[in-house]
Amino acid sequence: MSEANAVAGLKPWTDPNAVPFLQIKNVTKKFGEFTSVNNVSLEIYKGEIFCLLGGSGCGKSTLLRMLSGFEDLTSGQIIIDGQDQAGIPPYKRPTNMMFQSYALFPHMTVEKNIAYGLKRDGLPRAEIATRVTDMLSLVQMDAFAARKPHQLSGGQRQRVALARALVKKPKLLLLDEPMGALDKKLREETQFELIKIQESLGVTFVVVTHDQQEAMTLSSRIGVMTAGKIVQVGTPREIYEYPQNRFVADFIGSVNIFEGRIAEDGESHVVVACPEAGLGIYVPHSISGVIGQKVAVAVRPEKMQISKDDLGDLRNKLSGIIDEIAYLGDSSVYQIRLNSGKRVRVNQSNLFRSEESSLNYGDRVNLGWAGNAGIVVTS
Amino acid sequence: MKRKSRSLMIFGVLGFVFLYAPILSLVIFSFNESRLVTVWGGFSTKWYGELFRDPQILDAAWVSLRVALASATLSVVIGTVASFVLVRFRRFRSKTLLSMMITAPLVMPEVIIGLALLLMFVAMESVLGWPGERGIMTIIIAHSTFGAAYAAVIIQSRLVDMDLSIEEAALDLGAHPVRVFFDVTLPVIAPALMSGWLLAFTLSLDDLVVASFVSGPGASTLPMVIFSKVRLGVSPDVNALAAIIIGVASIGIIIAALQVSRSKNMSQS
Amino acid sequence: MNSLPLGSKIGALLGRLGLKGRILVIAIPTVWLLVFFLIPFLVVAKISFSEAAIARPPYLPIVEWIDGFFRVNLNFNNYLFLLEDPLYLAAYLGSVKIAGVATLIALLIGYPMAYLIARSPPDQRNLLLMLVVLPFWTSFLLRVYAWIGFLKGNGVINNLLMSVGIIDEPLVMLQTDFAVYVGIVYTYLPFMILPLYANLVKLDEAYLEASSDLGALPVTTFLTVTVPLSLSGIIAGCMLVFIPAVGEFVIPALLGGPDTLMIGQVLWNEFFSNRDWPVASSVAIVMLFVLVIPIMLLRWAQSASEGETR
Repeated sequence: MSEANAVAGLKPWTDPNAVPFLQIKNVTKKFGEFTSVNNVSLEIYKGEIFCLLGGSGCGKSTLLRMLSGFEDLTSGQIIIDGQDQAGIPPYKRPTNMMFQSYALFPHMTVEKNIAYGLKRDGLPRAEIATRVTDMLSLVQMDAFAARKPHQLSGGQRQRVALARALVKKPKLLLLDEPMGALDKKLREETQFELIKIQESLGVTFVVVTHDQQEAMTLSSRIGVMTAGKIVQVGTPREIYEYPQNRFVADFIGSVNIFEGRIAEDGESHVVVACPEAGLGIYVPHSISGVIGQKVAVAVRPEKMQISKDDLGDLRNKLSGIIDEIAYLGDSSVYQIRLNSGKRVRVNQSNLFRSEESSLNYGDRVNLGWAGNAGIVVTS
Repeated sequence: MKRKSRSLMIFGVLGFVFLYAPILSLVIFSFNESRLVTVWGGFSTKWYGELFRDPQILDAAWVSLRVALASATLSVVIGTVASFVLVRFRRFRSKTLLSMMITAPLVMPEVIIGLALLLMFVAMESVLGWPGERGIMTIIIAHSTFGAAYAAVIIQSRLVDMDLSIEEAALDLGAHPVRVFFDVTLPVIAPALMSGWLLAFTLSLDDLVVASFVSGPGASTLPMVIFSKVRLGVSPDVNALAAIIIGVASIGIIIAALQVSRSKNMSQS
Repeated sequence: MNSLPLGSKIGALLGRLGLKGRILVIAIPTVWLLVFFLIPFLVVAKISFSEAAIARPPYLPIVEWIDGFFRVNLNFNNYLFLLEDPLYLAAYLGSVKIAGVATLIALLIGYPMAYLIARSPPDQRNLLLMLVVLPFWTSFLLRVYAWIGFLKGNGVINNLLMSVGIIDEPLVMLQTDFAVYVGIVYTYLPFMILPLYANLVKLDEAYLEASSDLGALPVTTFLTVTVPLSLSGIIAGCMLVFIPAVGEFVIPALLGGPDTLMIGQVLWNEFFSNRDWPVASSVAIVMLFVLVIPIMLLRWAQSASEGETR
């Protein structure tokens, strides 16, 4: 494992002595009356792959453009490796960008495209040649050095764009929807390759994407954005298993939200009275709240179990009727209608091959989840 | 609804016949033995010979060629800068003014342009003492002015269609804005520059009215000479000249069309 | 690292000038066009208020410095002259009429052609467009000249019709208004076809299919869907033909008769034959006023079609 990965593996963001490589301090961007980025602060450490995840219009691309120097800040600071970037134009920043459209120079060969940035640095020709060749090998495009962009496929163009940005060994590589134009299969392969390349070079990546799966695969940490604000920052596991609010819970994957009020608030547990579940939901962690306070409990569909039989000593148990079944091959999605009318979604892996399912439309089933499968969200 | 009605097709063919019949007749009758241009008297190339022995036509052709080369180049320079400024610069005080000025020559009747420019040259003469004598220089200036308008139309549309992100990519890779223009923008819009040049060149070669107004003694352009000849009636050596011009223009078009299809392959849109 | 390439040096220099670099670039085309396009029109306006004189230049100065005072001679006679002499009014009206009719004919011919090209398979389209545009690249003057050969008493068309026996005597086609119509339509047809094509090619077939699906006959679809959607193209094409046609000189000079009176010819004659620069100027100014509305229509049509692409 490279040093970079070791650093990321050690979770520098948990180390109070670690100095962040990229500091985004209270950055705001307004276009006239419209606030695109609203007082965003982030600390990103060297060697991370940090993903800004959000839907369209959330401000993530604008934030990326401010990092690269293509947009000015309305207020705030961007500090890269200790240097404030205010007033520094894009061609003088220690960042390089991989564009969503790849933006390869159509009139230059692959080789010349990659060499362009090095020429601007004024490096000697021999060194440029070596670095270009090395980079071509890294992205496995050696055979295409003399081709022009219009002669390449989408995936090939993407590699050239990546190579061109990385060859300058920037302090920060900014990627704008890097997989956006690729089809699903290619996307998965490329994601792993991208991680390998990043590990071997140790460059810090900031990736902008709307694709959750991509963010979960690539990132050391994810920053979830909506309407110009960061709503949660954490590792993929943290974001998924411990969403801090409704938006994050709902945005990543699917989730069942049970509305209710705090009935019991103990030292290490909470019970949420939930009329629509017909149950007092047990959650094994305490929260800072008041009895009677309105909260919600989020439970992921795959954490639930359903069965026609009794579910034994699962902490939270309900019953309902199967309304919809979606057979997806590797798993099945069940929509269960509870007695209260609320619909709950349950995912089950299809562990066994069989011609028919044991669970059918209209069946009454028991469903439940372990105590620690749910999490309370207050906002 | 991909089926095209028969009548539409027939109409289309007739339309093209309408466009090309006069041109073809010019070429055919340039080989006519008889001086009566429209009555066929046998095949002959004698009019081509006469054409090349006519000093008035040859001199005028030389003048026209020099004027066209100079004004086409000047047109592209002015047109490119104007296009770049109008498309890429966000807002500046004289933007509307420039935009109107660069498109107005396209629709202005030539007699008005010619008159206006001549009167301007005369006024400048009395106030500044320049231009001294009207001639090739003034024709070049006049042609460059409306040539720039035509070139700008072509170049602007190419600039607008261009993927801006490649300019940003060049900036990102360390190139100064001026460098970006020469390294990236210019090569990518080069086909449009070429088309603009050819268009301005053709318009200059072809212009009669404006040149008549702003020209001076000793600077007769080819159209001026042709016009004075054909005012009196048809003239077979003019047919020969026409055939040559048509031939050259056709070759030029075909080359340009090949260029365009090649550049279409290169642009990533 | 010490010897920076030229581009960076220019860039650095302009960068040090800061805002000024931008202004310089904007200034180049702006100043040129001001001097060689806009101000000349002001000069024309100024001279239209002058009076012809035997002098070089052949008009009286408007502003004179006499006894320490400026004296301004604004002479409206030229404009009054235009209004009084029926020749000019007839010429203006004649020009508008001829240009208008020719535009209409060009529309009737050009629209189907543009439609045909727009509905052709994409690889054929460029070839067809090239064929439409190619005549335009050969000399305008020579193409008008070609029509002399066609329309003469013993010209191609008459010879053809007589040899086939359709007519006994040659038709008088040259030196008539008819010839001018033919000439204008012929030379300006590409100007009509290209904006129409640009508009029609962006027309989504789905609209036509939806109309047909909802029960409309092809003719109805054409009139109620295609035509309204191509309106900005129609207007752009018409204005691109009408405006220059109004001021045409060469076509009426070569193909028109003694009764054909177009204002472009009038201006030419005033200038070259009568040597009356002030009257020529006032003719030009009035022509500009006549064209103001069509020019505004064209601008509207062009911005409308731009809006459609975004």
